[in-house]
Amino acid sequence: MELIKLTIDNRTVEVEKGTTIFLAAKQLDITIPTLCYMNLKDLNIEHKPGGCRICVVEVEGRRNLAPACATECSEGMVVKTHSVRVLNARRTVLELIISDHPFDCLVCAKSGMCDLQDMAIKLGVRDIPFKGEKSTYKPDFSPAIIRDMDKCIMCRRCETMCNDFQTVGVLSGIHRGFEAVVAPAFERDLDHSECTYCGQCVAVCPTAALTEVDHTLQLINDLSDPAKTVVVQTAPAVRAALGEEFGMEPGTLVTGKMVAALRQLGFNFVFDTDFAADLTIMEEGTELLDRLTRHLNGDKEVKMPILTSCCPGWVSFFEYHYPDLLDVPSTARSPQQMFGAIAKTYFAEKQQLNRKEMIVVSIMPCVAKKYECTREEFATDGNPDVDYSISTRELAKLIKSANIDFKALPDEDFDKPMGESTGAAVIFGTTGGVIEAATRTAYELHTGEELEKVDFEALRGFEGIRSATVNFKGVDINIGIAHGLGNARKLLDDVRAGKSDYHAIEIMACPGGCIGGGGQPLHHGDTSILKARSKAIYAEDEGKTLRKSHLNPDIIKLYDEYLGKPGSELAHKLLHTHYFDKKTRQISVD
Amino acid sequence: MTSVKLKLKDSDVQKLKEIAHSFNNEAGELINVLHKSQEHFGYLPAEVQEVVAEELNIPVAKVYGVVTFYSFFTMLPRGRYPISICTGTACYVRGAEKVLDEFKRILKVPVGETTADGKFSITCLRCVGACGLAPVVMVGDKTYGRVTTDGVKDILKEYENEE
Ligand code: SF4
Ligand code: SF4
Ligand code: SF4
Ligand code: FES
Ligand code: FES
Repeated sequence: MELIKLTIDNRTVEVEKGTTIFLAAKQLDITIPTLCYMNLKDLNIEHKPGGCRICVVEVEGRRNLAPACATECSEGMVVKTHSVRVLNARRTVLELIISDHPFDCLVCAKSGMCDLQDMAIKLGVRDIPFKGEKSTYKPDFSPAIIRDMDKCIMCRRCETMCNDFQTVGVLSGIHRGFEAVVAPAFERDLDHSECTYCGQCVAVCPTAALTEVDHTLQLINDLSDPAKTVVVQTAPAVRAALGEEFGMEPGTLVTGKMVAALRQLGFNFVFDTDFAADLTIMEEGTELLDRLTRHLNGDKEVKMPILTSCCPGWVSFFEYHYPDLLDVPSTARSPQQMFGAIAKTYFAEKQQLNRKEMIVVSIMPCVAKKYECTREEFATDGNPDVDYSISTRELAKLIKSANIDFKALPDEDFDKPMGESTGAAVIFGTTGGVIEAATRTAYELHTGEELEKVDFEALRGFEGIRSATVNFKGVDINIGIAHGLGNARKLLDDVRAGKSDYHAIEIMACPGGCIGGGGQPLHHGDTSILKARSKAIYAEDEGKTLRKSHLNPDIIKLYDEYLGKPGSELAHKLLHTHYFDKKTRQISVD
Repeated sequence: MTSVKLKLKDSDVQKLKEIAHSFNNEAGELINVLHKSQEHFGYLPAEVQEVVAEELNIPVAKVYGVVTFYSFFTMLPRGRYPISICTGTACYVRGAEKVLDEFKRILKVPVGETTADGKFSITCLRCVGACGLAPVVMVGDKTYGRVTTDGVKDILKEYENEE
């Protein structure tokens, strides 16, 4: 390893050869402002297109200013990061960017969380001397994401997420110069592309060019309608991140406060998606055991490995890219949809409600869940099982606008019966959690013995692809885990080629699983936040008395009173689904 | 950019596969594959781009990105006599824009489009390497140099009796 010495703002620093000026300055705790640059360390993504030039610095002996994010250090270099020349250049660059940007910050969806706005504040922009033509594009409203390209600053971070990390490849830079913009092929709407609505592009977009569809107004209307019974479910990953929006440390669990806030907002029943996650384990675990037993008995017809199916981003991905493997994933619906189906049948009957009088809302870390709610197969007579889904970010906004002092709220408990859950359900929120939960239950059902230790550390971690072998009393079960669709693709290609040794694979579309979902509080490039959230999830699991889904008393009761047993006919009708070949549908639509 | 809707014939798809194959189906050869495909079809409609994407195993959005980046590529069918006006620096300085305006005025079509009878289309090119003759106009393979606005009529006259 070759070391290089250089001077930045009159301080010397030693760095490895190949280090950029930006990262060298970081070692001295100097943060050079950036806009297009993005460094997601734990995901091995460094995006440095060198396009925006906000990060320019002065390098002695060079005529031109250099972009710090894309310029490598050299021996003896003398760098100034805040000379008058640098500051003036930065402001001019920013003024030029803003001159082709709408001035509607006050009413913008991203106001208060926008990197461009922050930069304007930071650099003290007070006037835009450049008055030029502004680009205008038709906004694109899909079921989950809104594209407003008037606000695009061409940082191309979304492209990196969609193409390199997710390998979905929906977004590409098109045209050139003033007309350049990021768009799907043939400038079609997202709804006519292969978009999975994973929302990872939304999660990194510095401006409001990409935002999630906002359902909060609709929710406020429904909450104030006395004729409606409004039921809410909250996904596991939300409680591990919501606090961040109120200035709490990443990794602070706010389950009790979140329940209290939802009650104050006026929901009639505050339930937990975790209840449905336990239910998912009962259905998916049974399916897994059934397929496994047949496979071990030499049945050649049975498809292996079984793939989890609780992530709608992932479901869309295989519907578009692996239509030949539609019978491989589990048929179990996602917890969100299981919850909706049970709420509008079992729970509705108990409450003597007609499903039309009910509004089922979900709070999700996810953008894809907004789209999942709109899938036709998840509705009865046009009435959706889950009416709509709002993101963690939207919930935070709602709590703030309702004047609720979140940090001061006392802890409250979920309502019964759909608020009861085990530790196995909580870990659904992080990568590896679903398969660990399934393993806990499948092991006990298969062997008839109680697990000595419920923690399967081998399944945990942050590596994009992980694998582990769990011994089910003499039978080795090979488990694979992938988060991020690019990683999923690698495992899937092996399955397609018949080269996969796995019995079961868990796949989550987002980095870190749902804790890194597209609807979570923005991490602004700090991926250590994802790890803190994951830790919080495991802590909640550990704090629970019940940690195995099949021990959830209200789930046992649900089967006793209503569903019969896992995989029963009614369970199939309400809790399972089928998949569609979207590849052929997609080609040549206009 | 608008596109013309069409269904590709099997033989067209076959031809595209051959072109891609002649470049070993390598993603890095995208520009060359598009070049050859346009040579064959005259233009690059969405359907052609979809096949190219499939053959090179790259997202169709990327293909579209490249097609829209280079002015040489077009998604609209060209006329039987495609008129290309060089708007490179030398030609521009010597009046290419006025010449272009004259073509647009007489043919009543904007850049990138084809006359209703399918006879002429207008595109702009960057420097075609004949700066000494600036401004340069090409009709099909034929090159015209030092074109003036008055000369535009004369050029079009040459094709008056052609189909
Ligand atoms: S849409 Fe957002 S992330 Fe994508 S290039 Fe534009 S500003 Fe950047
Ligand atoms: S939501 Fe996901 S799949 Fe869709 S464009 Fe964004 S990154 Fe790509
Ligand atoms: S990983 Fe979770 S947050 Fe991301 S798309 Fe899937 S379900 Fe949604
Ligand atoms: S942040 Fe360095 S060029 Fe954009
Ligand atoms: S600029 Fe027209 S030929 Fe060179």
